[in-house]
Amino acid sequence: MHTMALTKHARQLLVIIAEAALEKSLVRDVKRLGAHGYTVYDVRGEGAMGVREGEWEADRTIEMKVICEAQVADQIAEHVLNTYAPNYAVTMFFAAVQVLRPEKF
Amino acid sequence: MLDVVVFFFLLGVIARVVGSDLRLPEALYETLSIYLLLAIGLKGGIELSKQPMAALAPQVGAAILLSFTIPFLLYPVLRALRLAGPDSASLAAHYGSVSVVTFAVVTAALTRAGLPYESHAALWVAVMEAPGIVSGILLARLAKLQEVRWGALLHEVLFGKSVLLLLGGLIIGAIAGVEGTAPIKAVFIDPFKGVLALFLLELGLVAGGRLSEVRRFGLPVVAVGVLAPPLLAVLGAGVGVALGLSTGGVAVFATLAASASYIAAPTAMRLAVPEANAALSITAALGITFPFNIVVGIPLYIGLARWLTQ
Repeated sequence: MHTMALTKHARQLLVIIAEAALEKSLVRDVKRLGAHGYTVYDVRGEGAMGVREGEWEADRTIEMKVICEAQVADQIAEHVLNTYAPNYAVTMFFAAVQVLRPEKF
Repeated sequence: MLDVVVFFFLLGVIARVVGSDLRLPEALYETLSIYLLLAIGLKGGIELSKQPMAALAPQVGAAILLSFTIPFLLYPVLRALRLAGPDSASLAAHYGSVSVVTFAVVTAALTRAGLPYESHAALWVAVMEAPGIVSGILLARLAKLQEVRWGALLHEVLFGKSVLLLLGGLIIGAIAGVEGTAPIKAVFIDPFKGVLALFLLELGLVAGGRLSEVRRFGLPVVAVGVLAPPLLAVLGAGVGVALGLSTGGVAVFATLAASASYIAAPTAMRLAVPEANAALSITAALGITFPFNIVVGIPLYIGLARWLTQ
């Protein structure tokens, strides 16, 4: 079998774990701030704001993954930190990732 | 004796309290809530198809006004209990809006007691969900708490799933009528009470999980959760009598006034008043008021309605 050498490109992965009530706002924000895409899952867990079991609507938590340019990730994170973190359960972290099709991100 | 569906709620609470691993899949919760909202709407709509709409205007107007007024009545009381402004506004909104499941339980209890109620009562529920939330937001706004994106919020409240499904069901039922809905009767009408029982089991699990929070918030929240419903029920019953409703109708109006929302209001208030402590409102509405209403309150409100209309 013929294999091609894969060309990998450095990008930033930003993970935002937040109350599900914020999903619509977060989607709007990340697109406005320059992300080309995102992925959202339903999750459950516990943190500084208590247990969030996700058993029903008002107790649901989402995890949003955004892969983008490093400065876009920084902008999004700064916006989320200023806008939502004071009053909502929000956790964020970054990871360096490598992607194959850089134009997608 | 308590209605059989209430026992399912208690089973759920007990399961949580004893630390059982019982958990209904989230998808089932979603399915059951969609089913209940559609079924309640359809039932009301089928009855609506039998009568002229215009005669209902005063009732609809009174229901909207009642839901809108309740937060304004509660807010000063909550402030006097030393609750913070945002918390008071949010909690008041939860009590202004209504609980669809509490409505389902009171109608089940009335049917069992052989007390007829206005068959279009689902219409009252549909119009009482949003106004209380709007006035809660107004209260928060008047306290100059923060900017509100009214457009997005009204969209959320008016086209959120519960109002959409209730009104959608009502309209479908009203258009299709008894004959048109006959083919779906076996799914939407007949198994209603069994589905309600299953949903109450789930709500028992959720409410049981809030019990540990009750201690955290202390006496004022317990007092509000237990005292507000009967007082609001008296107000609701008064409005029902003034409208000339039947005994069952007065009981339904009283129960709606006494009930607190734990589905639409928490989501809306989370977005509109982020400073408010969401756990406080949910604990009061779902952990205290909901169990109080379905176990103790509803029999009281039916008694009150009987006494007022005899």
